Amino acid sequence: MAEKILMKGNEAIAISAIRNGVDGYFGYPITPQSEVMETLMKEKPWETTGMVVLQAESETSSINMVYGGACCGKKVMTSSSSPGVSLMCEGLSYIAGAELPCVVVDVMRGGPGLGTIQPSQSDYNQITKGSGHGDFHNIVLAPASAQDMYDFVDWGFELAFKYRNPVIILSDGIIGQMMEKVELHPAKPRMTEEEILKVAPWATVGKPASRERNIITSLALEADVQEAFNQKLKVKYRKIEENEVKYSEYMTEDAEYLFVAFGCSSRICEAVVDELRSRGIKAGLLRPITLYPFPYKEIARLAGQVKSMMSIELNLGQMVDDVRLAVEGRCPVGFYGRQGGNIYSPEEIVEQFLKFNNLK
Amino acid sequence: MNIEDIKRPENIVYKRPALLTDNVMHYCPGCSHGTVHKLVAEIIDEMGIQEKTVGVCPVGCSVFAYNYIDIDWQEAAHGRAPAVATATKRLYPDKYVFTYQGDGDLASIGTAEIIHACSRGENIVVIFINNGIYGMTGGQMAPTTLIGMKTATTPYGRDPKLNGFPLVIADMVAQLDGTAFITRQSVHTAAAARKAKAAIRKAFEYSSKGVGLSFVEIVSTCNSGWKMSPVDANKWMVEHMFAKYPVGDIKDVLAK
Repeated sequence: MAEKILMKGNEAIAISAIRNGVDGYFGYPITPQSEVMETLMKEKPWETTGMVVLQAESETSSINMVYGGACCGKKVMTSSSSPGVSLMCEGLSYIAGAELPCVVVDVMRGGPGLGTIQPSQSDYNQITKGSGHGDFHNIVLAPASAQDMYDFVDWGFELAFKYRNPVIILSDGIIGQMMEKVELHPAKPRMTEEEILKVAPWATVGKPASRERNIITSLALEADVQEAFNQKLKVKYRKIEENEVKYSEYMTEDAEYLFVAFGCSSRICEAVVDELRSRGIKAGLLRPITLYPFPYKEIARLAGQVKSMMSIELNLGQMVDDVRLAVEGRCPVGFYGRQGGNIYSPEEIVEQFLKFNNLK
Repeated sequence: MNIEDIKRPENIVYKRPALLTDNVMHYCPGCSHGTVHKLVAEIIDEMGIQEKTVGVCPVGCSVFAYNYIDIDWQEAAHGRAPAVATATKRLYPDKYVFTYQGDGDLASIGTAEIIHACSRGENIVVIFINNGIYGMTGGQMAPTTLIGMKTATTPYGRDPKLNGFPLVIADMVAQLDGTAFITRQSVHTAAAARKAKAAIRKAFEYSSKGVGLSFVEIVSTCNSGWKMSPVDANKWMVEHMFAKYPVGDIKDVLAK
């Protein structure tokens, strides 16, 4: 039986990185995710797997270290929280523009500005819509447990290398700080130099006589060249949207009312569904696990089945826009959220649900 | 005697470096970049390290360095080359990793990255082209622009009350414990280019010794930005730039 250990979500990210053959982590301290780098430094993986761990002088620098490591075809990652991720957006745009693989963890806290160190889901728009200039998408994974934090590191790198695209694990202060049992899957070694050359023939690791020089750049001064690249990205994004949507459903089969919630909110909404079911109200939950690509089709399908939907988010209403896009007016779409690090109780959501649907 | 009798190996005193590509350089005639590119290409070839070298280019005129030297290249965001190079070198400690940056890139937007790469003692080479101006964007003031120097954003000359003072970055990084070799050179004469080449080669050699960061500043001309002929630009550089940025070694931890 696989080993199970009690740990924080943030620690699960660090332990998973070591056990899944990550080559490098470059980070900068910020609450509520500092345990990621602290755990890595304590574990000293450079003595075991050879993984490089480095504390940078800023998030700007750490994302550019990720860029450099990714240029070498290595599995490299960083983690931060909302204000730090804002600083990383320049780098994310370059990484997307150079088509490099990497994993970035955002353990969200409330904003805008310096905001609060309490949990929030208010980076949804930033991460799914616009984490930097230019036309691009991150692949966005939304963990809801410490186990997800552990599992999504490896899944993230799989997607990052498959599509040569940045992957963001969009977590929050609850998932990062919460302690849960985590099942450790068998460890994976780091890629060998030969394996890197195979999966990343584009890597800039020194030019042998046998090939042309490799150049990693996102620069294209000619309009036609840039447009051709944008079109190439479009094809990639359509492929991602076609193949990588992931979501889970809870009691949706006969549902007359649907909740849509991601991350920590989906955990709370499970309790809400149970409570409503106990009162004879057929509620269900759809949890998007990938936020980009977003499960538009699945929500559209359920829009034809339910009387209404509610998007429940720890923000002022961000994902609800995507829910409305999916629903296209076929049923009423409501929203309930809390901000500033406040967290809704299931009872509070039940009350808002009854109010929105004119039920008692 | 015909030309073929003269073109024998023993008679060759100057040739095109094997690692310069056939691409036509976009640099203005008289610009120092062409000469420095040639020196870097020669050194990589002579040291036999093409297969082990990764270059990181900046944003600025030398953003296209990757078109001219036949090695693997990474194009960094503006000012971030030392961070990019840090990860590359840490993940591949046996490679030679260098950044090639202008003064706008390194001494303005990238000060945090260069200071901390120096402070950490990253075993990389930094080649710093200082011509006191932003070339690519059309000749605006750089941190290294001299007092009184006219640029597109200091049309009446740099006034310290309005624009502050020139940043002497090589002397700054020489103060940091993580740097191994800091030198300031130029390439305006054949003799100067020879010295600059020896300095860049030393920097590459140091980067494999694990002694810290090596930093070669090349005081350069931007005759287009300075609105001078190449010859006048060289004269002006010697008279004015050298007064603020004197050439010579600043720090060498392995000097005997």
